[in-house]
Amino acid sequence: MNLKNPKILIPQIITVISLISVIAYFAFNAQVNMGNRGISFGYGFLSQEASFDIGFSLIDYDGSMSYARAFLVGLLNTLLVSVIGIFFATLIGVTVGIGRLSSNYLIAKTAEIYVEIFRNIPLLLQLFFWYYAALRALPLPENAINIFDVSYLTVKGWYVPKFIWTNFSVFLISILASIIAIIFVVKYAKKKREEIGQHVPTFSISFGILILFPLITFLVGGVTLNFQIPVLSQMTTTVFNFKGGVSIIPELISLAIALSMYTATFIAENVRAGILGVTKGQKEAAASIGLTKSQILKLVVMPQALRIIIPPTTNQYLNLTKNSSLAAAIAYPDIVLVFAGTALMQTGRAVEIISITMGTYLLISLSISMFMNWYNKSVAIKEK
Amino acid sequence: MIKSLKNMILIGIASLALVACSQQGGGGNSKKSKTLENTKKAGFVKCGVSQGLPGFSNADASGNWTGIDVDVCRAVAAAVLGDADKVKYTPLSAKERFTALTSGEIDILSRNTTWTLSRDADIGLTFVGVNFYDGQGFMVRKNSGIDSVKDFKSGISACTNTGTTTELNMRDFFNSNNISYEPIAFEKADEVVQAYDAGRCDTYTTDKSGLAAQRTKMSNPDEHKVLPETISKEPLGPVVRQGDSVWEDIVRWSLNVMIEAEEYGVDSSNASSLKDSENPQIKRLVGTEGELGAAFGLDNEWSLRIIEQVGNYGEIYEKHIASTGIMPDRGPNELWTKGGILYVAPAR
Repeated sequence: MNLKNPKILIPQIITVISLISVIAYFAFNAQVNMGNRGISFGYGFLSQEASFDIGFSLIDYDGSMSYARAFLVGLLNTLLVSVIGIFFATLIGVTVGIGRLSSNYLIAKTAEIYVEIFRNIPLLLQLFFWYYAALRALPLPENAINIFDVSYLTVKGWYVPKFIWTNFSVFLISILASIIAIIFVVKYAKKKREEIGQHVPTFSISFGILILFPLITFLVGGVTLNFQIPVLSQMTTTVFNFKGGVSIIPELISLAIALSMYTATFIAENVRAGILGVTKGQKEAAASIGLTKSQILKLVVMPQALRIIIPPTTNQYLNLTKNSSLAAAIAYPDIVLVFAGTALMQTGRAVEIISITMGTYLLISLSISMFMNWYNKSVAIKEK
Repeated sequence: MIKSLKNMILIGIASLALVACSQQGGGGNSKKSKTLENTKKAGFVKCGVSQGLPGFSNADASGNWTGIDVDVCRAVAAAVLGDADKVKYTPLSAKERFTALTSGEIDILSRNTTWTLSRDADIGLTFVGVNFYDGQGFMVRKNSGIDSVKDFKSGISACTNTGTTTELNMRDFFNSNNISYEPIAFEKADEVVQAYDAGRCDTYTTDKSGLAAQRTKMSNPDEHKVLPETISKEPLGPVVRQGDSVWEDIVRWSLNVMIEAEEYGVDSSNASSLKDSENPQIKRLVGTEGELGAAFGLDNEWSLRIIEQVGNYGEIYEKHIASTGIMPDRGPNELWTKGGILYVAPAR
């Protein structure tokens, strides 16, 4: 790109100037009109008291805290459901994608039917199905579905035991230390394999480290873990609830299920495309040197297929994160419902709040795609 | 000599033109209302209503809107356009209602909206009156064993609409009584009703008129009851944009004449026959005395049309709220002469 050439430079300058002027025009227009109607503009409202409570929050939140805090709660809820969704969508998607290529007719057909059904129904309808039809059919607390007496499934939520830690930071440090140790082990094993062809059982060693390090913290690090099991309590003659434990609200469960099932279909198709995209010659050559079917998949096909799978899968992760905004339809307090919903209605500051929300989604999406690009580069085969 | 004559003539024409301009500008400005002009040009009043609240604004199967909020818009249409049916209704959720008004999509928001300071002062809107005095209450199942809000225990789950004064009042109430609760806030009233009906939440809270109206939509209305306590003031009324004071006055006084008509016994059936009444205030209400319409730039039969085509407040209340069983007892929504608090400024 020769920027010094006027033939290239001048159109670019003109485009930039026109873009800036269009944006400036709209901004000025909005400012004038809002001024005419007595609507003020400013981000100062973020420090005002929110005055509304939120039903589900990962951090401490109370109505006496600021709108900025409420925004944070919504953001964390969005990230929570997105991470859960991405995890399960990937798990289901990879399984279904590989399953579709199975030589077993039943598995392949089931995978195909799953993909066709869940791909073609709009996500909002699937979400309504899981929330209104599936989860609403759950029983009331007094007749809860009992899971080994420690966990209960009801229409009001999935009650699981609460983890009560002491010295949780020590436990976290041990996990971190074990991860670092595993990285070193993998590097060492790779070096050994390249130098003298010796096979080091990295998987078993890593597994051992992951179990051992945290276990030591329990024995000598002063870390303890207690469980608070939910207990049925009677509030009035017919109203029961569970006290203690943690409640996973049905809104979160249904949103996570709907997002995972829907996005998994697209990821499955990406995986299938990636595997089919590896030339047949690779599989034949691998088979001819005596590798088993699973070894072929793991060592020869997947590394090459990943290059094809990862970019569209990044797209799906971004889609899942943005689709989580459908939470507003089922009262899951994500950023759209809490901030671009309740806070917007209470303060009336539409322009400021929507701009913040859009900026937040942009930031989240950019972070995900940045991470995926890095991952793509790291697993891509370095072509010589 | 000719030059100075020419100059004088020029000056004379210029000053005449100036006077003429100022006359038009000065005389027209005090009655100029952009919203009124646009409404006359369009031929209908742009009215923002709810997405379906029986008694206030509800559409039937053929798309006809009825309710006391609807009747405020119909009154304005009757006054300004001569025909109460010349209204275009835009159903709005709680989220869009204020933005729709400030952006100009609608000209009147008649959507059981609570009059509060922050809404009046902070977002470019003006409340022009109260057409229903209400309060917030709780609905529970009859078999729940809860007979009063004092029976609420910690851990209760409460469903409501998001972004309403209900959410804020609920929090104030539970906090001041030291009860920890789980708020579940939906956007649409239908979703809240469904959640409460399925047992997801133990109680449903909103304005008492809303509770009564929504109960009719439940699978078994008789299984539910509204608790006696009222935990807040909810004066519901129409809203318009700030900055168009003539339009403001038109909407305000359209509502006021309906209430005053009931005070003087003028209703839709006898309004035209009272044109020769002995009472001067009645004559003013039916347009045979005074020039009240000119104050807004309307003709003198504006209030007569409102009373004849829409009715007085008592008729409206009876038709939409009392006879439908939503709230047969008028409570505070009765004339001040009969023990209620409907006391409006006199239309004179």
